[in-house]
Amino acid sequence: MRINPKKVNKFIQIMLNVQAFFTVGILIVIVALILVKGIGNINLEFLFSFPEDMGRHGGIYPTIIGTIMLVILSILFATPLGVGTAIFLTEYTKETILTKIIRFGVESLAGIPSILYGLFGFIFFVIKLKMGWSILSGVLTIAIMILPTIIRTSEEAIKAVPKNFRIVSYSLGATKWETVIKVVLPSATPGILTGIMLSVGRAVGETAAVIFTMGSSLRLPTSIMDSGRTMAVHFYILAREGISMEKAYATALVLVLSILLINIVAYYTMNKVVSRFS
Amino acid sequence: MDVKIKIDNLRVYFEKNEILKGIKINIAKNMITGFMGPAGSGKSTLISIINRMIDFEDNVKIEGRVLIDDINILDKEINPVSLRRRIGTVFAVPIPLQRSIFENIAYGPRLKGINDKIELFKIVSDSLKKAFLWDEVKDRLDMSATKLSGGQQQRLCLARTLVLKPEIILLDEPCSGLDPISTAKIEEALSELKKEYTIVLVSNNTKQIARISDYSAFFYLGELIEYGTTEKVFTNPSQKKTEDYISGKFG
Ligand SMILES: Nc1ncnc2c1ncn2[C@@H]1O[C@H](COP(=O)(O)OP(=O)(O)O)[C@@H](O)[C@H]1O
Ligand SMILES: [Mg+2]
Repeated sequence: MRINPKKVNKFIQIMLNVQAFFTVGILIVIVALILVKGIGNINLEFLFSFPEDMGRHGGIYPTIIGTIMLVILSILFATPLGVGTAIFLTEYTKETILTKIIRFGVESLAGIPSILYGLFGFIFFVIKLKMGWSILSGVLTIAIMILPTIIRTSEEAIKAVPKNFRIVSYSLGATKWETVIKVVLPSATPGILTGIMLSVGRAVGETAAVIFTMGSSLRLPTSIMDSGRTMAVHFYILAREGISMEKAYATALVLVLSILLINIVAYYTMNKVVSRFS
Repeated sequence: MDVKIKIDNLRVYFEKNEILKGIKINIAKNMITGFMGPAGSGKSTLISIINRMIDFEDNVKIEGRVLIDDINILDKEINPVSLRRRIGTVFAVPIPLQRSIFENIAYGPRLKGINDKIELFKIVSDSLKKAFLWDEVKDRLDMSATKLSGGQQQRLCLARTLVLKPEIILLDEPCSGLDPISTAKIEEALSELKKEYTIVLVSNNTKQIARISDYSAFFYLGELIEYGTTEKVFTNPSQKKTEDYISGKFG
């Protein structure tokens, strides 16, 4: 029997459509579920008041602050390091054994389950460096965890900057560093931002590595040496220990909505940046 | 002839291939010198030696000397970054940076530490005028340079070079992708500019060389076959190859 290419094509097209529909469908179901179960418990008081009785009553204010601190600080920590490494790998070295080893290390780091980062952070930052369960321990651990993503996306973004831009910059009397700062990085910014957004998502949603290093204190953190709880951890504990499913879903909804919001804002600003350039 | 660039027995190898085979040529100050020759004869390589952009290529070996104002720019002591500020380059394909018209031109001056708005505006507008682009863009200096037409972009690249007040301007087939009107404007600008600058113009269009250059050089397979005043080269070439090339028998 001869295979009819037209039929194959049609079949593949249908399969792809079904897949796309499935993916979007699952996303919608999840969001809808959380929305339905959580929306009734969300109000300003929930957002801005303290939890009572392990979170059975009251709000989630400290976990919002904990999440914001963890995410912002770990991004602030990992981004310069990750982008710097990417610049080094792409602009300042030829392919050598060293860069191959670094790349291999980065790839491997990207594949490690997050609980192992948590274990490492616990042994190294919490115990060995005596930082205790603290936001600082959590930040450093999460920063290491998201570093491979930032390095890889930045590297791809930097590589995608046309060589001609560099040539023009050099021909106008720029040094290598000036070229990187003024031409390469601005062009690579949308790609780098994508990596940062992916990392924000990971940091916001992470539980295992956070519990091990930042702890799960419900008190409002006042310094980076305090322990704290993120929304994801709060949700996990509320649900797992059966403290309150209503509060758990409400927390999850805040989590999902903030991720959505961050993505929309990032997408919007990115479009603005891109359209300003081209 | 008042010599600006003196190239002395220059040999360039990419890996084991000899690309320039002992080039000797004196380039006159404040004149337009045209380089012509079929693709692959080494014209672009010679340009990239003069502006030291060859530094970014791997596996290159260079022998000989290139003197600018009697100083060998191939010397290890020469800083290629400051050299490139004295030598402007315009490439075949116009490459605007991803920023506004104004900021494209202000890029070089800003690198030199010029950030004063009024001063920048003055030098930017001056160089746009010299590149015959001012009238077309004066009302939209904030527009992204990538939105300009190809011909306008190429004049922008010329202005971007002029703003640095280089001593030498190298143009590597600057009109190869342009329409006749844009080409005419660039030629007009160059004829005006040679009063102040030493210009080297590579062109695959022999008529263009004949029209605007004072001296003409014909390269073939890495060798300088013929060099002299444009009049001499085009009316009475000493080599058969030159005559064949100019009359379009190969190329
Ligand atoms: N980066 C490079 N590596 C190896 N060979 C090159 C490189 N650049 C140019 N060449 C070779 O050098 C010769 C001259 O090229 P080029 O200077 O570009 O000539 P033209 O500008 O006259 O067309 C060609 O044979 C080309 O293949
Ligand atoms: Mg060429």
